[in-house]
Amino acid sequence: MKQLEKDVVIRTTGLRKEYNLGVIGSGTLRRDVQSWYAKKRGREDPNRKIGTEAHEKGEIFVALKDFDVEIKRGERIGIIGANGAGKSTFLKLLSRITSPTDGEIAYRGRIASMLEVGTGFNGELTGRENIYLNGAILGMTRAEVDKKMDEIIAFSECETFIDTPVKRYSSGMFVKLAFAVAAHLDAEILIMDEVLAVGDMKFQRKCIDKMRQLAIDENRTVLYVSHNMSTIQDLCNRCLVLSHGEKVFDGGVDEAVALYLGGEKDDFFALTYEDDRYKTLVRHHEANITEAKYNGLTTNRFQGDAVMPLELSWEYLADVSNIGLRVEIMDFKHYPITAYLIENIHSGKKGETVTKRFQLNLSGFVQGNYFTNYVLFRKEEGSNKVIDIEHAMGLRFYKYPANGGDIRWLKAWGSMLNPGIEEIE
Amino acid sequence: MRDDITYINAKSRLFSVNFSELLKYRDLIWLMVKRDLVNSYKQTVLGPIWIIINPLLSTSVFTIIFDVIAGISTDGVPPFLFYMAGNVLWAFFAACLNGASSTFLANARIFGKVYFPRLVMPIANIVFNFINFLVQLSVFVILVVIFAVVGSNVHPNLLLLLTPVLIIQTALLGTGIGLIVSSITTKYRDLRILVTFGVSLLMYITPVVYPVSKVPESFRWVMLCNPVAPIVESFRCAFLGSGEFHWVFWLLSLAVTAVIVFFGVIVFNKVEKNFIDTV
Repeated sequence: MKQLEKDVVIRTTGLRKEYNLGVIGSGTLRRDVQSWYAKKRGREDPNRKIGTEAHEKGEIFVALKDFDVEIKRGERIGIIGANGAGKSTFLKLLSRITSPTDGEIAYRGRIASMLEVGTGFNGELTGRENIYLNGAILGMTRAEVDKKMDEIIAFSECETFIDTPVKRYSSGMFVKLAFAVAAHLDAEILIMDEVLAVGDMKFQRKCIDKMRQLAIDENRTVLYVSHNMSTIQDLCNRCLVLSHGEKVFDGGVDEAVALYLGGEKDDFFALTYEDDRYKTLVRHHEANITEAKYNGLTTNRFQGDAVMPLELSWEYLADVSNIGLRVEIMDFKHYPITAYLIENIHSGKKGETVTKRFQLNLSGFVQGNYFTNYVLFRKEEGSNKVIDIEHAMGLRFYKYPANGGDIRWLKAWGSMLNPGIEEIE
Repeated sequence: MRDDITYINAKSRLFSVNFSELLKYRDLIWLMVKRDLVNSYKQTVLGPIWIIINPLLSTSVFTIIFDVIAGISTDGVPPFLFYMAGNVLWAFFAACLNGASSTFLANARIFGKVYFPRLVMPIANIVFNFINFLVQLSVFVILVVIFAVVGSNVHPNLLLLLTPVLIIQTALLGTGIGLIVSSITTKYRDLRILVTFGVSLLMYITPVVYPVSKVPESFRWVMLCNPVAPIVESFRCAFLGSGEFHWVFWLLSLAVTAVIVFFGVIVFNKVEKNFIDTV
């Protein structure tokens, strides 16, 4: 046990957590006793298949391994990673719900974990009684809760219902009340695991602001696990990326988010469509996109005022005149942001292939990860109606801000950079 | 800002109850008791009156069956008081045992989300049942006084001084067994089923509905080896003056209680660290 340096609040050394896979125990007491007795005497387990080691048989799953991290006071740590990467395991170890298989955690002060808001609530008790109960579960004394009671009630926005049993609460009110209690706990370390998934947008905003304020003004340490990159970018100032139980990145939030989102799929800057895997069925399938690439680039990352050089190749499955292209842009949640449109780029005969180059101005995008679709279309004769003749999933791109003294854009401010505002007088 | 440093690691000491931590969570213990009280009687017409109705009703049934129908002797003591003494104490024991034995399974959800000393739950269970017991005991005492004034064969005696110890012992013994059961049930659920009817079976080998004096002489020592038996018998002896205070067997029972509680806490401590992975 080494002492913690003054400004370090959490330090883990060689942390490891293993889980047994499959059925726990062999099912009968007799065989368990047999196995235990053999292990005690250093013999081979009579119930294990001959010639297999514990992990060879796949009995043990390592949820977290060699996990070393040092967290300083006042840091807002985001923890990201795919499902099963070990994020929640780490938080569970830290909040003492389960204990490590090996290694050590040292932390300073109190930890308030909000792994799932409202777990300690009891339906029959009123809101006020539940505040006491939940506060006590989180380690507050009655006197401490009393001192914060008014603040908690005000924050929860449940004043009118505070003396009603919480079983009559809506799920939103439930979450608000629970979060209010946890946020007002005088803990030095706050742990949150996707707690903000519920509750309306306005309240989510309020929670994030509260967490940031606690960290900055009162020097609390916040650990936040989420799959929602925009709240991570919004709240955190340092980020850990976990993958298969190991820490693969520790540093700035933007790089971490880029690494994580990029890590889901390869860093494509060119794509050849060999089959229909990336295509969406259209009614009039008259063209077939065969290739897409960022011309002359070996990255899908664009900075500041960068222009995207897009090269598309397609072949005609029918005679088409005055074909148009639409590049649809979606954000990381696949929510459409905007589309680029260009008409009358080419007319072709059946069987003909063509390659075209385009330039897309990306200066209007805020930093983040974007998905695209390439859609070829033609206009119906005598009307302005658009008929899609090919629909393909496109290359992704990542936009990051220009270097320099720009204010770091927060996702909560919106997803479009506007032409600007000027001071006139 | 608090500055105390906590260490979490894989090692665990055999017997490590963090009493100062439990003390910090005393408000939680009290709130859990309150929660249980509210939960038990909310949306009932009679509310907490049920605490009294319960033993009165079951004692009446015992009296009818074992006294009127079966005609089992009660050492000359008024049957109703005889059965009530055994019944009230037994109910307390059974409630402590049943409550503690479901600690892990019943609270798996909350234990899986947040840390607090797990012993809070069985302790709160003791307090909750103790409150119920106190109410029932007062009714019993009132009845004893009435019967004594009327001149029935009731003789409260000096052994009454021992009753606080007996009551604490009952709570500890029940909870100790419950802790062991609770720890084992995280892996082997069979025990949970066994306990639910085992407790009611255990009542029949404990002198709750009959006096020890009715047990054949040669067999009596076997029955008194049951650690609950001397407690119940002594408790009744203190209030009613019936039966006998078997101090050798009581001391034995006290020793067994100590061993069970100690062992129970060890097992509980060991299991609480990782039970959430197996439950």
